[in-house]
Amino acid sequence: MSKIAIRTKNLTKKFGDFTAVDNVSFDVEEGEIFGFLGPNGAGKSTTIRVLCTLSKPTSGSVEVAGFDAVKDDSEVRKHIGLVSEKLIMYNELTARENLKLFGKLYDLPDDVLAKRIDELLKFVHMEKWADARIGTFSTGMKQRINVIRAMVNQPEILFLDEPTLGLDPQSTVEIREMIRKINTEQGTTMILTTHMMVDAEMLCGRIGIIDKGKIVALDTSQNLKKLVSGTESTAFEFEIPNLTQTMMTSLQSLGCVESVSQEDQTRIKVRAAGEDSFDSMIDSLRSNHARITSAKSLEPTLEDVFLHITGRNVVDQVSDTVKTTMQGGGPGGPRRPTGGRVR
Amino acid sequence: MIQMSTRQVLRHSSWICWKDLLEFSRSKIRLVMLVVMPLFMMLMVGFIFPSSSSISNQPVAIANLDTGVTEVVNSTHIPMHLGNTFVTELTAINNKTGMMDLSTSTGFNDIKSRIQDGSISGGIILPSDFTSSLLHGFQGNVTIVTDQSNPQISAIMQEVLTQTIQAMGTEQAELGLNSTFHVALNMTGAMIQPFNVQTKGIIPGNPNYFEFVAPGITAMVVMMSLMTGLPHAISYERDVGTLDGMLVAPTSRLSIILGKVMAQTVRGVVQAAIIFLIAVGLFGVVIYGNLLLVAALILLTVFSFVGLGILITSFADREETATMVMMTLMFPMMFLSGVFFPIQQMPWYMQDVAYILPLTYATTALRKVIVLGAGISAVWTDVLILLLVGIVLLAIAVPLFKKAMSR
Repeated sequence: MSKIAIRTKNLTKKFGDFTAVDNVSFDVEEGEIFGFLGPNGAGKSTTIRVLCTLSKPTSGSVEVAGFDAVKDDSEVRKHIGLVSEKLIMYNELTARENLKLFGKLYDLPDDVLAKRIDELLKFVHMEKWADARIGTFSTGMKQRINVIRAMVNQPEILFLDEPTLGLDPQSTVEIREMIRKINTEQGTTMILTTHMMVDAEMLCGRIGIIDKGKIVALDTSQNLKKLVSGTESTAFEFEIPNLTQTMMTSLQSLGCVESVSQEDQTRIKVRAAGEDSFDSMIDSLRSNHARITSAKSLEPTLEDVFLHITGRNVVDQVSDTVKTTMQGGGPGGPRRPTGGRVR
Repeated sequence: MIQMSTRQVLRHSSWICWKDLLEFSRSKIRLVMLVVMPLFMMLMVGFIFPSSSSISNQPVAIANLDTGVTEVVNSTHIPMHLGNTFVTELTAINNKTGMMDLSTSTGFNDIKSRIQDGSISGGIILPSDFTSSLLHGFQGNVTIVTDQSNPQISAIMQEVLTQTIQAMGTEQAELGLNSTFHVALNMTGAMIQPFNVQTKGIIPGNPNYFEFVAPGITAMVVMMSLMTGLPHAISYERDVGTLDGMLVAPTSRLSIILGKVMAQTVRGVVQAAIIFLIAVGLFGVVIYGNLLLVAALILLTVFSFVGLGILITSFADREETATMVMMTLMFPMMFLSGVFFPIQQMPWYMQDVAYILPLTYATTALRKVIVLGAGISAVWTDVLILLLVGIVLLAIAVPLFKKAMSR
């Protein structure tokens, strides 16, 4: 058993009458990348803020890096780093000066800090820009510095709140690679919140789906997807222009195949289980001289998982409410959201 | 909670202060404003308040309605027109002082319409019986018409005209005494005005309004840097999210506020120094007091306002709220604390209000030291009050701030 990096029990956080986090319990193991997935306002950021000692829980217990986050908040702070949704950097200061300020708040001696800053800048290939002001950087560059800023104290646990929010596709890939690299090279435990399915799917070992302040599901991405399909099998779709009945019969005879159905003249849908099922199916089709123009797995996405569990879409939350209010406006009213408030 | 050592708190706060000052020094517009703001203040308040010495070329119309009298002396007709003599003398005096820009008028109605359209700021009317009254042993009436829409100018005009006309009257009386009673001319002055009033200040020279206002503006700017600068600095960082970076580090909340206070203090003191440089270099203000005592008083002013700044910060969750709260607090302070207007000129109930405000004591103490060259013994009550206010406000503000930081 690996050691526990974070343990929360019955964590609740209320703001007045509003319950942002509702009786949440979970453990995060050391070295794990743990993801919180959910729509905006689900309570992801609030949970992170409580774990980071920035906010006090209304009730329940939180243990981070072996310390109580309420009683020993100063101890907890020594062991964590935070990459918040908003950039924690001063635009008028250079990259080096920003890193220096935060390093000094962790009482790092000058020589150690100077060396570490150089290493970190090298890690994100930003040595050249060390003495340029943050304000002159692109969003992607800023986020790279922002992440290494959170690592200046070599934290055991790194919290990343929407680390790819507002980044262009290339920077998103860069940051994602960076997160993975930090995790594998330094063994840093990572807690990541996101509403981007791809982020969660590509990075996280385990994912907690959070909705309306509650964790509604918590498992690996694969296991979560099984919740949707309900079986161990996966659906595949093949497009075969010269499709024959023989091909389908021979597929059906394979041990791993559960069912075969014809969608239209050229397309079939096959449900199969087992690791080498895809290979066997391809072999079978090729032996029948099938010309396969397209083959894809119809694996459920995390989006499907969220939809399945909550009955709603992750990103469509706000547009849903807009629609509801519009419909409440009376018959004959406009059916189109008028404002730019969607998302 | 692990208690941070004092040295650690100081170390962290000086790094935060370093950061704030670095940020400040890199913003050109903020550096420019640091100099421009006090300069504007001084120019504005220094020049908008009129004084008799600053009045010149005020357009004034004279309506000389005097018809004159033809006296028959030894069967020769001698036309007497004392109104003309009066106007000639007034013009002669005015040529020396340059206070008025004299023009002629046809009477009250003309003066009235010209005051209404703003082309003149006052008028003088000599009635038709001016000469005859004087010659028959009565007083000659001179009517001064004032522009009531401008009380300050009107009061000064009235004072200046009265003085001029009185001086002319005195001259007439002296000549009369000499010719009627054969009193020597060098004795007549003492007979008409037996008392000679002389004014002597306790410092050499003639203080101008800048001397009055410079200490007040110093205290005000120091107050503003803490009351606006501090809440702004913290709520701004909270809004953009950088405050979280400091809060998530193993740093005492006290270091954050202390670092900010240090940076704002430096800013306030630098600005105070700029005000002194402007006041001394540009407006000829002389600092009579001990510069060290002045510096100490400025730091004390900082201390007395730190608590208030932190208090606003704790209550204001957003930058916008902070700005609103401090504006509401600052304006009464600026106008009631004797920065621009002497407290003694206010009605008693407003004076009572003024004495509740700490800025009043800061302004009074600074003014005593700077303008009057007073020592510590003259300002120790002010010092004591400022110290007390500072301690009480801090005692309330610091726990509230700590609480506000962990919402």
